Amino acid sequence: MTPVRMSAARRSEELWRRLEQVNDPELDEPVTAMGFVERVLIKLDGSVEIDFRLPTYWCSPNFAFLMLDGVRQALDSLSWSPAYRVTLHDHMFAEEVNRGIAEGKAFGEIFGELAGDQDLESLRAIFRAKAFKRRQEAVLLGLRQQGLTDGEIVGMDLSELDAAGFDAGEAAKQKPRYREALLGRWPDRRPDDAAFVTWEGDRIPVDALGAYLADLRSVRINMEFNGALCRGLKHTRYKEMDVIDGEPTLVDFIMDRVPAPAHAT
Amino acid sequence: MFRTPEGKEIFVVDGHIHFWDGSPENQRNIHGKQFVECFYAYHTALSPKEQLWEKSKFEKYTADDLYHDLFIDGPDDVAIVQSTYLKDFYKNGFNTVEKNAEMAKRYPERFIVNGSFDPRDGEKALEYIHFMKETYDIKGVKMYTAEWNGASKGWKLNDPDAYRCFELCEKLGIKNVHVHKGPTILPLNKDAFDVHDVDYAATDFQNLNWIVEHCGLPRLDDFCWIAVQETNVYGGLAVALPFIHSRPRYFAEVISELLFWAGPEKILFGSDYAIWTPRWLVEKFWAFELPEDIKQERGVDLTPEIKEKILGLNAARLYDIDIEAKKAALANSPFSVAAE
Repeated sequence: MTPVRMSAARRSEELWRRLEQVNDPELDEPVTAMGFVERVLIKLDGSVEIDFRLPTYWCSPNFAFLMLDGVRQALDSLSWSPAYRVTLHDHMFAEEVNRGIAEGKAFGEIFGELAGDQDLESLRAIFRAKAFKRRQEAVLLGLRQQGLTDGEIVGMDLSELDAAGFDAGEAAKQKPRYREALLGRWPDRRPDDAAFVTWEGDRIPVDALGAYLADLRSVRINMEFNGALCRGLKHTRYKEMDVIDGEPTLVDFIMDRVPAPAHAT
Repeated sequence: MFRTPEGKEIFVVDGHIHFWDGSPENQRNIHGKQFVECFYAYHTALSPKEQLWEKSKFEKYTADDLYHDLFIDGPDDVAIVQSTYLKDFYKNGFNTVEKNAEMAKRYPERFIVNGSFDPRDGEKALEYIHFMKETYDIKGVKMYTAEWNGASKGWKLNDPDAYRCFELCEKLGIKNVHVHKGPTILPLNKDAFDVHDVDYAATDFQNLNWIVEHCGLPRLDDFCWIAVQETNVYGGLAVALPFIHSRPRYFAEVISELLFWAGPEKILFGSDYAIWTPRWLVEKFWAFELPEDIKQERGVDLTPEIKEKILGLNAARLYDIDIEAKKAALANSPFSVAAE
């Protein structure tokens, strides 16, 4: 392999690693896992082009903006500081969002009076709470599955949580993400502080864990349902992309005669 | 009529169907194109493969298609036709009460045609409610709060203009208000699927029934909370039910939450035809059993008795359908379209 190619591979790896950190705020899933990043091109001069497509034309522009803002931050953090172009496709406000993102504008600046008097930060806060709860539920259920009693679980401190291991599954996936959410909310948390508190910071009484888990479950049901729907819609939307001469027809897509798009990861 | 594998006859009221025209000829602009494409994406994302339609048929299907899919191939006894105007997107509207009533005319025993209005039209909305009552004797309306209307990109059920309309509905005996609660787009910065306006309206209009279509998904918890507080709030299963095919465990969790919070009397079946056809939905629903762990966790079950309520008895109660009388009437009005 030539040094240039090595460098391109490394750049690609770094870029995807950064993009994987960008979450759909509503689903708490990486935009890459949702398939929203449709195309990534790193040119020889290092500049980057990204095509972004959401499940429907009607997806809320505030969510579109939050995600693209995350993409913008991911690109700004790249080690080779490239020039870049991010394009949102087939969205009712694509033009406005693309122009605003390119000019580094805030949401309120792009949408003016349509944005009203609420700022996006309060929306971010709502979704931070939901993400915290969903991740926490996965860890709590994982610990229960390992046979820990409710008393042992609610009594755990952070160092004990760090020591706990999960082989696979949702708990293994969510444990580091839960820890990140916990420390994001309480950066000064010490190893001997409680590992599990409510979003408001209260300890969970042992006899209330069951009811508390039911609350967390309803949060997860919404998020997972959303995620399943978005994945399904995204999948079919890909099938609906404009047909050009020589390209497969809609019937081919319906009949599943067309391979899935190649992903850069 | 749905006949179970055990031979029992189940009366089916399909609480949510459409007779739309989303064809390119009727599309006013790009939004009209994207709207029906979004519906088509729902159709293709959640239907079993063998149920997929070509897009051109999906955009515009015939009245005969509808009779066949609902009543001949499908198990529906009665279908509630919901009107959705979207005149900013479609030249002649997406499906107006006029078009729906025309379609329903051939088999009047089979259909309940609901109207719709836009409170932002002010006096005209009130006049239109009178017109729909006098012309079509409507028993219900479908509200689409995310509909665009000139500069406005949506409204709330507890807006003062809306309250004037609901007061008139109450006075005229239009007692079932179906509310579409799916994604709303504007205002841009709100949590986009808010269902809280239902809470205000249901409290202030106790004599009206509020049927939240799609159960407020993906805000099921908010919907459940409201359904617990308000005795006159119901959940329509359209969009939730098709997950029974692609994600059965999710469906189990959703229906369990609904059974636990809202209760078996408050859930209504709806196919959302033509996004989905009722036959496979009803067959799968009847065969469906809750996984044991979910049953235990929530302490609920989806028994045949409960399924029967959801499939028809609950809606029959809301719309004053005398089931025995209806069965006799249906037996006396056979279809003139040929079964394929």
